[in-house]
Amino acid sequence: MTALAPSAELPSGELSIETRGLSKRFGRQMAVDGVDLAVPRGSVFGFLGPNGSGKTTTIRIMLGLAAASSGSVRVLGEEMPRQLRSVLPRVGALVEGPAFYPFLSGAANLLRFDAADPEAPAGTRRERVRTALERVGLAHAADKKVRAYSLGMKQRLGIANALLAPRELLVLDEPTNGLDPQGTREVRHLVRSLAADGATVFVSSHLLAEVEQICTHAAIMSAGRLVAQGPLAELRRAGQTRVRLLTPDPGHAARVMAGLGLTADGGTSRGGGANDRGAGTWGEVLYAPLPAGPAAGSPSPEELVAALVAADVRVRGFAVEQGSLEDRFVELTGEGFDVAQ
Amino acid sequence: MPGPQVPGPDAPRPGVPGLRLLGSEVGVLFRRRRTWAMLFALAAIPVLIAVAVRLSSAVPAGRGPAFLDRISQNGLFVGVTAMLVAVPLFLPLTIGVVAGDTVAGEAGLGTLRYLLAAPAGRARLLGVKFAAAVVFAVAAPFTVAVVGAGTGALLFPVGPVTLLSGDAIGAAEAFWRLLLIAAYLALSLVGLSAVGLFISTLTDVPVGAMAATVVFAVVSQVADALPQLDWLHPWLFTHRWLDFADLLRQPIVWDSFVANALLQGGYLAVFGALAYARFTTKDVLS
Repeated sequence: MTALAPSAELPSGELSIETRGLSKRFGRQMAVDGVDLAVPRGSVFGFLGPNGSGKTTTIRIMLGLAAASSGSVRVLGEEMPRQLRSVLPRVGALVEGPAFYPFLSGAANLLRFDAADPEAPAGTRRERVRTALERVGLAHAADKKVRAYSLGMKQRLGIANALLAPRELLVLDEPTNGLDPQGTREVRHLVRSLAADGATVFVSSHLLAEVEQICTHAAIMSAGRLVAQGPLAELRRAGQTRVRLLTPDPGHAARVMAGLGLTADGGTSRGGGANDRGAGTWGEVLYAPLPAGPAAGSPSPEELVAALVAADVRVRGFAVEQGSLEDRFVELTGEGFDVAQ
Repeated sequence: MPGPQVPGPDAPRPGVPGLRLLGSEVGVLFRRRRTWAMLFALAAIPVLIAVAVRLSSAVPAGRGPAFLDRISQNGLFVGVTAMLVAVPLFLPLTIGVVAGDTVAGEAGLGTLRYLLAAPAGRARLLGVKFAAAVVFAVAAPFTVAVVGAGTGALLFPVGPVTLLSGDAIGAAEAFWRLLLIAAYLALSLVGLSAVGLFISTLTDVPVGAMAATVVFAVVSQVADALPQLDWLHPWLFTHRWLDFADLLRQPIVWDSFVANALLQGGYLAVFGALAYARFTTKDVLS
């Protein structure tokens, strides 16, 4: 996968989704506030953010379901919502959970939505519905009423609906919601295979691990604003590298590390506490942020271990941890359960 | 999944998709148990009337709904009587359910966003929704008429009918007149369907839209019954609901049919435009 750096200079033809100064106001509240998204063509783009950060509203505007208060949206190179009729048949969408007619069968639901697309050929409709159902593993339940579907089955049916026709762009809002681990794996495979076929996949999620596994690019929303976006590797790199030390002599180790200019942080204060792997039986876990690069006279990890051992600190575990997307996410959107107002 | 779209041999044929969506819409409407329950309830009216008349000894003239005393002589009157009974409440009730559900029902289920993302096109979807409501508005009075005539023919003799103009027509011709009355009622329900469609674009709660539509029909009929509101009467969409007597003359006088068509057309224009203005600019957040 070519990592295209999304930037304002990139020609619009290289972007599957591009928003400029996109804002949506609900009464006094800015649900989306000046968002400039740039989703490169062919990318698997993770759209992250806590609940209520404006992800779904942005998606609704992208699909022409809601009107922007200001700003512009281009999808597949065309202005939305003006070119809605030519754009949307090329876009498959799962928006804010699946929704179906409970009194119709899974197949009948898909036939219905396909009939609503004026560009979908009626001649191949049944065949395409059958293929889409097979692709998400619902062929056996095709004739069952959706009323009898489980949450996971509905989710699969929603994904099947997005796959009814060959798409250039897939917008999947929380695609693994309600799926069991197998289902989640299947969705990951599906997203990869779609991307391998050249489609752009725009995945909104709050499951960071999920996004880290499948995405090439990501953007992070917080309280209606876009706080970061870019190739996943860059986003991760922006996070802190740190060392993790397991030792029964935490006080002594902290003093040694302080002598080398590192601020050690007790495991308990990191939120991991006693649950931190290895803590308890083997000692305590200490974390210390490691300044990037050999500059500023900071020790390399091997020098640090050598210094600790030389000072008789019983080193029972040592690791250099690359900042995860989660760290970056929490850093940008804040901790805790408070839903952004 | 191929990325670039190649228009294959099965490229879209222009013009047809609106009809296809209408086909799907009508299909969904008539695959709902609710739709059939309402049609069965409507069909029960003539059956109930016919059985009641059959079991009672004699109906004194001038009591009960119009034509009730004629049923025992001619079964075709079951259909007419049942339609008269159904007009004030039962028919508007079923239309209220169907028309009120059009947009709000999809919004309530959440399927509206998938239809629009398909993309169904807002104007097209609205048109298709209205057309399907009209299909039901036709099916409802015809159900009453046909079941009425059938039940009447089973339980009572069927023969020539004396019209209001004094002429007598044969049973076959009388049956056609019965269907003509059903058509008149279907036309009468067009205005209410448009009102229901508009109300349905205002909310995501289908039950609310249904109730509001029915209330609208009831209020209009109450206003029509108040002599103090004389000036308002010609503008009420329910004003001509019972004016089908002209269809029972020989030759048929079409004046009331035309006047009713104009009245319903006016309601369709006004509420259709309101529904269009509302639905094409609305944020779909359901």
